[in-house]
Amino acid sequence: MSEEDMSTHEYDAIVVGGGHNGLTHAAYLAKAGLRTLVLEKNGDVGGAAITEELLPGFQFTTFSYALSLLRPEIIHELDLVEHGFLPLMMPSSFHPTGDGDYLLFGDDHQANLQEIRRHSPRDADAYERYHFDLDRVCQAIRPLFDNPPPNLWSKDPEDAVDVKWLVDHLGSVDRKTMHDVVRLLTGSASDWLDDYFEHEAIKGYHASSSIIGSKVGPMSPGSGLVLLFHKMGEHDGHLGSWAFHKGGNGGFTQVLNRAAQAYGAEVRLGAHVTDLITQEGRAVGVALEDGTEFRAPVVVSALDPRRTFLDLCDPRELPLDLVDNIRRMKFRGVSAKVNFALDGLPVFPALPDTVDHYGGFLNIGPTIEYVERAFDAAKYGWYSDQPFIDAAIQSVVDPDMAPPGKHVMSCFVQYAPYELKDSDWDTERDTFGDKAQAVLESHFPGFGDLVLHREVVTPVDIEARTGLTEGNIFAGEFLAPQMYFFRPAPGWSQYATPVEGYYQCGSGTHPGGCVIGSPGRLASHRVLRDLAR
Amino acid sequence: MTGVRTTPFHPRLSELNDQGLYTHWQGTLSPLRYTHAPKHEYFAVRNSVGVFDTSPLYKYVVTGPDAERLLARALVRDVTTCRPGQAQYTCWCDDGGHVMHDGVVFRHSADEFFLTAARPTLSWFQELGSGLRVELEDVTEGYGMLAVQGPRSRQVLSTLMPEAETLGYFDHVPVKVADTAATLSRTGYTGDLGFELTVPDEKAVDVLDAVLAAGQGHGIRPFGEEALMTLRIEAGLALIDIEWHDARLAMSDAHKVTPKELGFGWMLRGVRDGSRRFVGSEAVRRELVDGTSRWLTTGIVVDWADWDRLYRDAGLFPPKSEHPLPYESMILDDDRIEVGYCTSFVYSPVLQRHIGIARVRPDLAADGTELRLELAVNHHNTTVRVRTTKMPFFDPARKKG
Repeated sequence: MSEEDMSTHEYDAIVVGGGHNGLTHAAYLAKAGLRTLVLEKNGDVGGAAITEELLPGFQFTTFSYALSLLRPEIIHELDLVEHGFLPLMMPSSFHPTGDGDYLLFGDDHQANLQEIRRHSPRDADAYERYHFDLDRVCQAIRPLFDNPPPNLWSKDPEDAVDVKWLVDHLGSVDRKTMHDVVRLLTGSASDWLDDYFEHEAIKGYHASSSIIGSKVGPMSPGSGLVLLFHKMGEHDGHLGSWAFHKGGNGGFTQVLNRAAQAYGAEVRLGAHVTDLITQEGRAVGVALEDGTEFRAPVVVSALDPRRTFLDLCDPRELPLDLVDNIRRMKFRGVSAKVNFALDGLPVFPALPDTVDHYGGFLNIGPTIEYVERAFDAAKYGWYSDQPFIDAAIQSVVDPDMAPPGKHVMSCFVQYAPYELKDSDWDTERDTFGDKAQAVLESHFPGFGDLVLHREVVTPVDIEARTGLTEGNIFAGEFLAPQMYFFRPAPGWSQYATPVEGYYQCGSGTHPGGCVIGSPGRLASHRVLRDLAR
Repeated sequence: MTGVRTTPFHPRLSELNDQGLYTHWQGTLSPLRYTHAPKHEYFAVRNSVGVFDTSPLYKYVVTGPDAERLLARALVRDVTTCRPGQAQYTCWCDDGGHVMHDGVVFRHSADEFFLTAARPTLSWFQELGSGLRVELEDVTEGYGMLAVQGPRSRQVLSTLMPEAETLGYFDHVPVKVADTAATLSRTGYTGDLGFELTVPDEKAVDVLDAVLAAGQGHGIRPFGEEALMTLRIEAGLALIDIEWHDARLAMSDAHKVTPKELGFGWMLRGVRDGSRRFVGSEAVRRELVDGTSRWLTTGIVVDWADWDRLYRDAGLFPPKSEHPLPYESMILDDDRIEVGYCTSFVYSPVLQRHIGIARVRPDLAADGTELRLELAVNHHNTTVRVRTTKMPFFDPARKKG
């Protein structure tokens, strides 16, 4: 290789993976003046946050499809508005109750209370108390969410300062809120909701976020944690509120892409990194599938922990307990997408003359029992006969997503376990799509006649296209032993790895997953701090 | 009294309103919002297309050989540069050079103009026109005005009237829509790509129906005053009785404001050298020459981190409300000395920032000046860091493109 070729392959930092955390991380490093290279294996950036035009004029959010968890400081610190950041309000939230009736929530709190009262007068003030209590919990958790987990096992005085900060903070949380925190982190969504609501559909509505992406039912311990995590998101200061990014989540990662490049990061597509290159135990670069090498004293993996520790690097270079933990880490994907191009809007029989209920999520999981039964199959290696569906017709809010009068409908469907008993997803893909469509048909008669195109994305497809192990959308399940101090493994929650110069910034690190950006941001603080030393 | 006045579009728009929340804009029923989510109406304008009923504006037809002379004598902007087919946003002053009202003047021919006004103003113009060969007529009830605003407005209107395709910024053209002769202008109050349709009152609903039908599939929806407030603040557009008060009705000098102070300095071509004269121009000229402006108008952008810190330290969630504050806040310097006041303040969803329209001491108006805005947190007066910035805050290329 000539000297010139060598110099074009040398950087201050290399980020492996151009998903939203990799791009966020690269933008921060480039902003700090580092000559930063992003290597993305696919033909475009975005990872699991992409938008694809599968039919002319129809924009499909193949995987992730809405925005909430993204930490607001990233928007400002990276000047994302300058690069086209535009989160569109989702004005409503719709929950068929399974008996032909529905719950429809909007932007008017008082009107929402009336909607609750229509079903249960008793649940109206419970609804206010519920949100107040959850808000208090979120307030208590937020500082933990937005800072790296302190290292409990270190002897370094700096770490001791962080531990003291944590202990002091926890000491400042009132008794009730602390108790609520623990109930949510360890308990089931069902138990938590039972303390507030009597109406089954109102409980079902609130339980929907407790199972997203997770191999739990709403009655399983641990579903409370998933519920809480989703409530930590915000849109324009509204906790637990979601938005559609202009152009879908692919539109959002293109914003990050522009921001990163504007700060000077270089992004190479179709560049599949297979190996971390080390010299004397420290990272010095990466090698691509085709043998091309790139050199940098800092290499940051935005991939999930399995790939970060077991694929990119040689496990023999790592401590055994870390390798053990990563091998044991749970990645059981249970989520699929069934995305539709529609000839028009579906009709909900009880609301024949309006379409205002299509402005946000359509939550198809009428009661906790319905969702728990949907979960049952997954325990035994099979998909739900009547799955839970979280749907969104994004073209209602953003007409640029489909031709005039036509629509795209993005459906998150659960449960669909990665491994099927005595079958495989190639065999079952269409049947599974049919099951999801049949559920939609049962709530929106005539739905099938509107379908112009259907895309079924199984956990196996998620893994094959994005690299997320077992198609787990969070790059590591939301289980208490895989969060905070333990994400992705005890002792390795601060973005460094045992290999000097090798870092991690993906959703498998705190406080990922979801489209959150924070792992990318917090990891950049770590890298820059280490470089300054 | 026979109840509050309604606009020509009201019969249809009221059917689309499921809220029943109205104000009395110029004594006319005007919806605050059409649905539970005014922010969704706001996003129709920023991302697709929205319609707003701006009919309550006062409307005057000014005709005659001396029509231009009268308007040149009355209006702060040089109306002689406004050719037929063009329109100008303008204002007019009292003798002391303080702003009374604002409006848009549309020139239809050499001797025919159409003027909108925020306040009734017929007698004032009539008195100025005495002795001139000019006719003034109040046609406020004769026309409905429908603002069609947003990135898709051109695409939607072009299907009804091809003229929309090529109409330039602040130009206007006669069109035929729903078998009705109307005026289409590239005007609006949202700071976005947009148009206004001025239509005879008896055909207003027909025209509205045609526009709404053309907008099907494009996310068209009516928007109310709440959405408009956020839009116009993002656009840096002043509003009478918020940014200023009619000088002729002001009881104190502090309540009066000059065009220069109001941020209308760009209207004042030919005033400093005395080459152009209108009511109040001599006072304005002295202000310009002597540099006696008390204030200059500027945008302010809140330091987001300071905003969040103030609220979080107080145990509160940092509010990000797209509803403008209904009151005026003081602008302070680092020594907590009052150096100005903020007239409009809102969280901008497209900019993800709190923004405000402020009037500050002229020496502090330069872009990028660090100041403080007074606000109350937990019933305690405090300040948040702000930085002055040029307006409009939001200025997409499509607005004039």
